[in-house]
Amino acid sequence: MKEFINYMADPIRSFPIMTILYILMMKYYRIIGTKKFAIGAVVASLPVVAWFCMDANFRAIILWPDNIPINIIIILIAWLTWYSLYRCAQNDARIEKGECPIEATPENREKVWTWPNLVYTELMCMIGATVFLVVWAIIFKAPLEEPANPTWAPNPAKAPWYFLGLQEMLVYFDPWMAGVVLPGIIVVGLMAIPYIDTNPKGNGYFTIKERPLAMWMFMYGWLVLWIYLIIVGTFLRGPNWTFYGPFEYWDFHKVVSEYNVNLSEFLWIKWLNMPMPGNIVLREILGIILTVAYIVVIPLWSAKTKWGKKIIENTGQIRYYIFIFLLLGMTSLPIKMVLRWLFSLKYIIALPEWELNL
Amino acid sequence: MAKKGVADYIRETQVWKSIFRHGPPTDARNRAAVVAGNVFLHLHPIKLKRSGVQLGYTWCMGGLTFFIFLALTVTGLLLMFYYRPTAEYAYNDIIALKEHVPLGIMREIHRWGAHAMVITVWLHMFRVFMTGSYKPPREFNWGVGVVLLILTLLLSFTGYLLPWDQLAIWAIAVGSNMAKATPFLGHGGPGAALAQIGDFVMVSDKNDVRFQLLGGRFVGEPALLRFYILHCVFIPLVVGVLIAVHFWRVRKDGGISAPL
Repeated sequence: MKEFINYMADPIRSFPIMTILYILMMKYYRIIGTKKFAIGAVVASLPVVAWFCMDANFRAIILWPDNIPINIIIILIAWLTWYSLYRCAQNDARIEKGECPIEATPENREKVWTWPNLVYTELMCMIGATVFLVVWAIIFKAPLEEPANPTWAPNPAKAPWYFLGLQEMLVYFDPWMAGVVLPGIIVVGLMAIPYIDTNPKGNGYFTIKERPLAMWMFMYGWLVLWIYLIIVGTFLRGPNWTFYGPFEYWDFHKVVSEYNVNLSEFLWIKWLNMPMPGNIVLREILGIILTVAYIVVIPLWSAKTKWGKKIIENTGQIRYYIFIFLLLGMTSLPIKMVLRWLFSLKYIIALPEWELNL
Repeated sequence: MAKKGVADYIRETQVWKSIFRHGPPTDARNRAAVVAGNVFLHLHPIKLKRSGVQLGYTWCMGGLTFFIFLALTVTGLLLMFYYRPTAEYAYNDIIALKEHVPLGIMREIHRWGAHAMVITVWLHMFRVFMTGSYKPPREFNWGVGVVLLILTLLLSFTGYLLPWDQLAIWAIAVGSNMAKATPFLGHGGPGAALAQIGDFVMVSDKNDVRFQLLGGRFVGEPALLRFYILHCVFIPLVVGVLIAVHFWRVRKDGGISAPL
């Protein structure tokens, strides 16, 4: 059983599983967003978590002091995601019946005094946070390792946990993509959200039904592409950034045979049976064509589809192309992952001469 | 007539009246005065919609982020008394802090608080997205919030180096190696090789963005000093200013979001 879980936790399998679970969650949010489901899920998961914690290797990784925040964030996100779905399900059921969302009932629109209503809530939150931090600080001492030694690198050398999603992307992309371009797209994309999402509905209340596209996209990026990758990078990556299952001992001598092939090598050597051309642009021509097609042809083509036409009609051309560019930037990660797993594809464009590997 | 308690006598003293210039906040007039007349409380409006005070709607994550930021400022200031940002002293100062300060949990609160602030700021963004609160008229404030989120990560990241242990320098080495690959600006990034005139290399490991960030070609003493100043002075100042803008705009954009 433990071996089966170790086997399934490998991103090759767990990433598609997470994606499918995500789709099921969003599709059946009205079933998931009920109190019965929440109680059932908690009751069902408690023995599983307890059983997980009986394993020494699993305890070692989750109780490492700097990993505690990730345990906390997993619990909080599970709870708050369920809670959001619960509120969305309530509101969407009301909206279907022609009623207003809960936040817009006359009772909730009524104005109340800041003192004592809001000040009291804030005080309680502050006291709660203080108690939580002090207890956390007493139980877990801040770790301190050996003094800095620039000549000896620990293995694995990991970035702070909140950047481990980016470090996990390094498996699939070169640093200029994983460390600079994709984070840039994330930041610009986040800031662009209010300007490309012109849907006036869902302002100030929980709803999925009235803004499905925004919800589906954001939640996928946030839960699967960001949080899930951080969990993988923290808990499942050991020495040499090799995959280790949750019950697996971090054996430094674990050997993983990995041989990845560039698209140009597929093209010239495998498919055309020719030597690699000397001209580097000609050598990488297929990858360049595919990349240009990805970022130019797909937007132009999708603008002609029914789906694209509807968005352009609602938001205008400029917003549409920014949106589709950000969407393609986001989907480039799962696409590259799947290509790596299915075909051992290393780079679509491999131009180490220009430090341009994609 | 009700009997006067000790509290009532205190409320009637000149000292009390000089500090709190209103009566007990039990009626409408004084409830307005207590919020409007207090420099900390006047961040709030005097009244707000009931949906905006419910924990189920706000999750209090933005407020908690601000509170943890203040807690980190205080604990950070206390830590600065014990800490010297040089390769010679930094690590030993942390050891001394551990061994010579009785019952000290300031470093723990600072470290776990830093993690907690990253969590609360992410969950704040999550809540704001789920309730569509970035929609007009709050588009600009969402952008300010994204910048604050990035700055929170940078604050935490620069602080990571300061204990000067193996975890610190190698985490920063991994992080800053990414800067090396910046297109055109990092010597290992695409396009850097194009910036070459004859034999003169314009972007090299001696002048690229990673060099500017670390003050050197590897994580050494200049990097420690830079990260210390960024962590303790520069980024907190920028964050402070942006928090002011963020809170101001929450008020000016109509308070906590609610259905239109």
